Amino acid sequence: MIPMLLGVSIIAFGLLSLSPGDPLAAQRGNPQVPDELIRRIERQYGFDKPVPEQYLRWLGRVVQGDLGYSFKFKRPVADVIAERMAATLLLALFSTLLTWFLAVPLGVWSALRRSEWPDQVVSVLAFVGMSLPSFFLALLLLYGASVLPELPLIGRIPIGGLVSPGFDQLGPVARVLDVLKHLLLPGVVLAIGGLAGLQRVARGSTLETLSQPYILAARARGLSDRRVLWGHAFRNAANPLITLLGFEFSALLSGAAFTEIITSWPGMGLVALEAVRSKDMFLVMATVLMGSLLLLIGNLLADILHAWNDPRVKLS
Amino acid sequence: MTAPLLEVRDLSVSFGAVQVVDGLSYVIERGQSLGLVGESGCGKSVSSLALLGLLPPRGCRVEGSIRLEGRELVGLPAPQWMPIRGGRIAMVFQDPMTALNPLLTVERHLREVLAIHQGLEGELARKEATRWLDRVGIPDPAARLSTYPHELSGGMRQRVLIAMALAGKPDLLVADEPTTALDVTIQAQILDLLSDLRRELGMSMLFITHDLGVVERVADRVAVLYAGRKVEEGEVSEVLRAPLHPYTDGLVGSVPGFRPRSGRLRSIPGQVPSPAAWPGGCRFHPRCPHSQEDCTRIVPTESSGSRKVACHHALEAQR
Amino acid sequence: MNGTTGTFSRLRSAFASSPLAKTALVVLGGLYLAAVLAGWLAPYGMDDESRGHSWAPPSSWHWVDGRPSIHPVSYTFDENARRVYVEDSSRAVPVRLFVNGRLFGLDSLEAAATSEGGASARLYLLGADARGRDLLSRLLYGSRVSLSIGIVGVSISTLIALVVGGLAGFFGGWVDRLLMRLCEVFMLIPAFYLLMLLRATLPLDWDSRVVYLSIVLILSFIGWAGLARVIRGLVQSLRSADYIVAARALGVPPLVILRRHALPQTFGFLAIQATLSIPGYVVAESGLSLLGLGIQDPQTSWGNLLQEAMSIAEIRLHPWSLIPGLFLFAAVLSYNLAGDALRDALDPRSDR
Repeated sequence: MIPMLLGVSIIAFGLLSLSPGDPLAAQRGNPQVPDELIRRIERQYGFDKPVPEQYLRWLGRVVQGDLGYSFKFKRPVADVIAERMAATLLLALFSTLLTWFLAVPLGVWSALRRSEWPDQVVSVLAFVGMSLPSFFLALLLLYGASVLPELPLIGRIPIGGLVSPGFDQLGPVARVLDVLKHLLLPGVVLAIGGLAGLQRVARGSTLETLSQPYILAARARGLSDRRVLWGHAFRNAANPLITLLGFEFSALLSGAAFTEIITSWPGMGLVALEAVRSKDMFLVMATVLMGSLLLLIGNLLADILHAWNDPRVKLS
Repeated sequence: MTAPLLEVRDLSVSFGAVQVVDGLSYVIERGQSLGLVGESGCGKSVSSLALLGLLPPRGCRVEGSIRLEGRELVGLPAPQWMPIRGGRIAMVFQDPMTALNPLLTVERHLREVLAIHQGLEGELARKEATRWLDRVGIPDPAARLSTYPHELSGGMRQRVLIAMALAGKPDLLVADEPTTALDVTIQAQILDLLSDLRRELGMSMLFITHDLGVVERVADRVAVLYAGRKVEEGEVSEVLRAPLHPYTDGLVGSVPGFRPRSGRLRSIPGQVPSPAAWPGGCRFHPRCPHSQEDCTRIVPTESSGSRKVACHHALEAQR
Repeated sequence: MNGTTGTFSRLRSAFASSPLAKTALVVLGGLYLAAVLAGWLAPYGMDDESRGHSWAPPSSWHWVDGRPSIHPVSYTFDENARRVYVEDSSRAVPVRLFVNGRLFGLDSLEAAATSEGGASARLYLLGADARGRDLLSRLLYGSRVSLSIGIVGVSISTLIALVVGGLAGFFGGWVDRLLMRLCEVFMLIPAFYLLMLLRATLPLDWDSRVVYLSIVLILSFIGWAGLARVIRGLVQSLRSADYIVAARALGVPPLVILRRHALPQTFGFLAIQATLSIPGYVVAESGLSLLGLGIQDPQTSWGNLLQEAMSIAEIRLHPWSLIPGLFLFAAVLSYNLAGDALRDALDPRSDR
């Protein structure tokens, strides 16, 4: 895991150092920043040194837990990231749960109704869902939410941000509800994107499993269809889904980035974009590393789940 | 006079427009073992799945009659099949490597059957499961309970599957090529195990195989299938000694050891036709050395009696 | 066995048996044809602006003298100081076919004549953007970028993947280990962050052709790693496949083996992979341009056009700025449907 992250950091650092811009350009252009300060920053971060040395210095600081300073946010990078990471994870968790609870039963149901009209309708819908780019879907839903009248219970669906203005004055329950309401739009956008793909995999995997000889054998022993499906087929069909979970996480992070940007959800994607736009080097490095770390953790979780579900898989 | 354990009459199975089993009839008496012989694609596996109502409901049509102790099984609604499958008729499949759920332990597999068909739960079920594993010759059965299928050899898995089939105390065991996927040395062990258990339990058996040598070992009677139809039936010893149908004759001649006098093995020319392109008349006529003009036109009817043959020019006269 | 004709007839039957896949092919064909003919189909040039028509809504059609015509429009301001367009129904400008060297449009002389209220006529089938440029025309020109970039990107990344995967699979040993580690590292970076990273390294404030190329480069960098690993596995299994070993034992020269046995085997697979990944590239380009990191004005692409719809206030006032997204969606959906049929045809295992 560590060597992989090191590799990522080397590639990211190398690519960034090829970048034509000057990381301190914005500061240099700002008359309020004294030259003295700029020179100090240059010395401190070694921008005047050759790239390999800059990298090693950076690495040395990262190992000590110092991710550097964000010139854009004028705060330590670690603080910015910690805040944003929480928002992204919240969004990812919400939409993953939403996706799985809808897609898996839908996929299994579709498999059982194979080639009948409900299956065909769901299949076509899945293709539509798969083909809707997350940012377009986000824009569509944004538009939808903005023209939607006030709903009972929910009120108006918030169309951006993490919390409403005046959040600080709310009680604890109202705060949770407020965040949930704000989660709705980006969460649904991501869930629809993931739903379609996962439903197809769940359907295919269920069909594949149901055609296995041990399913026929189980039926031949007098097991009811329900028992065959949930007792025998389901866990086997879940195997590819679990593998997918690892990949899905990566797709989710990328998809989440666009959705975050469009619905102004203050997560990692939005911060990555801001960092690139303002050539905030340490912040870019940190977002790339954290993105990769999240992906690694996602894969690790998938591996653990896999080993737990399938006795043939041993954790190495 | 009581009804035979299993009576199959005029069983036909077709997938869409393609008929794969055509008018198959046979009877299995209590305690008797019938071998169903034929090359792959002759319809023997499909006809055995029909016994358990396991053919796909869509796209597949089953006609004729299957009676278990006089009770008609064809057209039985799904819920009524449950107690029959595994409880009255149990099945052992061809490939033990794929017939066990890879994610479940041997114990889970066995206890499932015991719970459904014997109503056994808890410690009692565990004991019974251990007993069955012991019965099918698995060493250290108590320890094997917690193993997963991938930790067992092919022979061991087939023993587990046999134990599972027998644990429901069925009246009829359908064994569909249960040794084909196994090593030769293991094959003999499994065949002996099946024969012994059948005798001990007084169970009937339908043994499906393409191998006449295996039939000789496990069956009392044999029915030979060709291209979806039965061509010959009789006591195993008689059929093997003096086959009446040219196809059976060809089969017997192609197996080493049955005809010590003939010197070299023969083979049947040509290939089994596919169900979509079965020839008219006697389906064997394009490959038959004794084929005559009437064979191409007229479907031969089966002779009556306990020794049956469906051929216009049965071999008996020429012998 | 004849691999190629078998493949083609399987392809034909796969598309023939699926009306959806057939429709998808027709839609794709139409989109590409439109992209090629953009200069003729579009009523206006890519950057033809008309400040007097900022955010003009889609023109409404009128039948005047048995001819489809539009009225000139002029604007007033509402209480929020936003433009409100009003038609001058006293004058009608007919929409003519084969005019100004284009398929259809307004005769420039007829359109140029201004009415008393300052109203002037411009044909906006899908509305205008902030600078009064015709959305339909920009969509058509933009489709050149959006539809070509996927194919170019896939070709380049497949090429990279072929070289890397081929080398790794063929040589094995440390070459294999090194290249595969590299792939894994690249695969570890979520696509969006890699996109951002690469975007940060490449300049976009250059000539539009350079911008196009750098975007293609960025995109190809994202897909190659996963494909390289698959190709490496393919090459490895081919090296030890029974028929290859047999051919080698029979003394068939390596090049002939490669050409006759190995390549046809990989070709189908690569074709599927490529088709399946094109929509991903199309979407990635749109995403980049949407964020303002891709194609820059006055050059255009669907994503770049969709940028106009990025704020909720804009969408509510000019819902037609969402239309480029519909084109994107149609292209991606068609690619996915066609890809699915292709997979069914070429992959014998996926008969479900």
